[in-house]
Amino acid sequence: MLKQLQSTLNWRGFVAIFGFFLIWYLACVLKLPGFAEMANPLEVIQMFVREYAHDDHYWLSWVTSFQRVLYGFLFAQLFGIPLGLLFGTNEKFRNLFFPVFELLRPIPPLAWVPMSILFWPTNESSIIFITFIGAFFIIVINVFDGVRDIKREHLWLALSLGAPRRVVFLRIMLPSVIPSIAVGMTLGIAITWDVVIAAEMIASDSGLGRLTWEGYVSSTPEVLVIGMISIGLAGYLSTKVVNTIESKMMPWRRVRR
Amino acid sequence: MSQAGSISVSNIQKIYDPEGAAVHALENCSCEIPSGKFVAMVGPSGCGKSTLLNMIAGFDKPTSGEIKLDDQLLVSANTQTPPNSDRVVVFQNGALFPWKTVLENIAYGPIVQKTRGRGQAEEEARELLNKAGNLERIAGSFPGQISSGMQRRVEILRALINKPKVLLLDEPFRAMDTVSKSKMHQHLLDIHDKFRPSILLITHDLVEAILLADVVLVMTTRPGTIKVNINVELPRPRSREMILSDEFTELQKQAIAAVHEEARKAFERGEKELA
Amino acid sequence: MAEGAALNTSEVHGTKSENAGIWLDQVSKSFASPDAGTIQVFQDLSVHFEPNQLHVVMGASGCGKSTLGYLLAGFISPDQGNVGLGPNPVRNPGPERLLVFQETALWPWMTVLDNVIFGPKVRGDADAKEAKHAAQGLLTKFGLADFADKYPDQLSGGMKRRAEIAQALINRPKVMILDEPFRGLDVMTREILQEYYLDLFEETRQTTVFITSELEEALFLADKIYIMGDQPARILDIIDVDLPRPRDFEVTVSKKYLEYKERAIERLFQSEES
Repeated sequence: MLKQLQSTLNWRGFVAIFGFFLIWYLACVLKLPGFAEMANPLEVIQMFVREYAHDDHYWLSWVTSFQRVLYGFLFAQLFGIPLGLLFGTNEKFRNLFFPVFELLRPIPPLAWVPMSILFWPTNESSIIFITFIGAFFIIVINVFDGVRDIKREHLWLALSLGAPRRVVFLRIMLPSVIPSIAVGMTLGIAITWDVVIAAEMIASDSGLGRLTWEGYVSSTPEVLVIGMISIGLAGYLSTKVVNTIESKMMPWRRVRR
Repeated sequence: MSQAGSISVSNIQKIYDPEGAAVHALENCSCEIPSGKFVAMVGPSGCGKSTLLNMIAGFDKPTSGEIKLDDQLLVSANTQTPPNSDRVVVFQNGALFPWKTVLENIAYGPIVQKTRGRGQAEEEARELLNKAGNLERIAGSFPGQISSGMQRRVEILRALINKPKVLLLDEPFRAMDTVSKSKMHQHLLDIHDKFRPSILLITHDLVEAILLADVVLVMTTRPGTIKVNINVELPRPRSREMILSDEFTELQKQAIAAVHEEARKAFERGEKELA
Repeated sequence: MAEGAALNTSEVHGTKSENAGIWLDQVSKSFASPDAGTIQVFQDLSVHFEPNQLHVVMGASGCGKSTLGYLLAGFISPDQGNVGLGPNPVRNPGPERLLVFQETALWPWMTVLDNVIFGPKVRGDADAKEAKHAAQGLLTKFGLADFADKYPDQLSGGMKRRAEIAQALINRPKVMILDEPFRGLDVMTREILQEYYLDLFEETRQTTVFITSELEEALFLADKIYIMGDQPARILDIIDVDLPRPRDFEVTVSKKYLEYKERAIERLFQSEES
């Protein structure tokens, strides 16, 4: 792990990161155009240590956003994977429902916000719903593609060897689709964060998105930056978790030479 | 075409060191490619044939030993003459520019090196196409529009326009079917007869090696060195009927014995290394 | 892979496979193509592959060789005409006619052992223990004993091909169909596997239809070579290869071999020009 970090962060990398903070700092101190209202890195760190590191409200924002992402993401998997499989394997079902699906797919998740607020009884459920929408379509499409890309040789071989339909589905089709499910998960987790943050800014009074927005509204630029960094970190951590799950799902890929 | 172009490889050693595991790719490897001669090199996969070819081309350096071109030092542990048009490589999966026509592809070298103007370069390219068996008809085609055998021929012509002293061919006919391959052999023989560059051909195909070359070098499995040096004294011009002759059969027997011994060693080691 | 691993598949097979020829009778088959309308691959094609022989079907790429294999295996059915094994028509894929694919078709998510025992297991032919025992026996004979618990992607190309042959053989098929099984391997490995398959065949005399585009491979292995031409696919020539068995690579420098080779090349060149 440390070795890996060392290899990605060679001395050029350190110089670049240091340079980035230096330029940011100088730009704020010299009040370059656009930077007049901005917080410099030292102010951000001071503010964080003084007011946020021990603040329950701040850490609660993390929990709240994470919960929303988690629920949205899980529901999207829960409904998306079976639907993708059905589209891929059942022609009648596909002919019947795929057009509706394609009709709704181009609508951006955030366009669902007002309707979602009207429809769902609580604010929390409407945000989770929007998050769900963000990941759902991508997951369905990926699984569907995965089914279509199953190598016919893999199916033929199983049929040749006398496997009944149930076995073909469970032991050949399902594992074939796992890599596509994994791709859907990676894309899905990224989008759920996008959507949660935007939805929190528009329609919520909690979460990391809201925290960042409050930094702007209350003219405390330090808070705004703390919010942004927190969101970046949260997204990075979730992706790491998802990647770990993915590699657990595909033991045969882990051993690849 | 330039008359010189003899390559002399002496005592080459090459050790790769990925993560501390010293892999001896080549050891004590010496051979000659005399001026204007056609030399074929055969040996098991991973025996260092391509490594040697890459050194001659200027893509790689040995750990010790040296390679000379016409008595000029080309490569050693501390020298590396960068690739240039003296010694041109034609790879297995060719690299013609798909956005240029056949003619433009062939004329490209002299134009970018500014050794000739566009007009003259294209004139020469057309001449080459003509000389190589009436290929002028494909001058205006894009690489994607001609067969893969044809692409390979164009690549060889693209190399020839630079009047290279040495032509380095790394399994150019791999993955071709029997008939296309047989045709390509004839084309390559024609090219060699007409332009007389020194040629080093790497191949797995013994029949191909013997039919085309003046000398067949059989390499050992890793660490690669020359196991046997077979002189092929079949008359030129050559044709595919020659494979039926007694001389050919005799040569083939010699080569098979040498190659199969090494192939089996390499195969068995490969299995062990995976376990 | 050396002496210790010499093949003795009759142990696994019990008895030699039953005498059953596999055949096509007046078969026509066409495919819809997005840019060329329909492509007629076969028109009234009739071939009869006799039992206990090694038949090699050879032709340039795209001539319909694979389609022939798929018809025999029952993956696709003819538009007209019949395909059969002995007296029985072929309608579906089945374990009595197994095809080894061009690119490896081992399931990457199963270990080598699980791949091999899949057939007997899903059909319930043998209990798990028996199947495992038989599979391990086969893997040992194929020099793959140490690789039973690895995933296919951990094997070299040559090992994958052997594992696939084991995966088919454990089902004791009446006919083996191999669709360019050694394609994509380097020539040396390929030759070693050819010898391997030859030993296996000479031991069992398993009816085999071997599809290839390599003439040397065809000549080295075959009892009979069927040279195919295309559009529509047809058999241009059948060469009875009367070379002694058991064969080894010495045979490739014999006079007779070279004469067969010359005849085949002539035939192939003709098919190109026509």
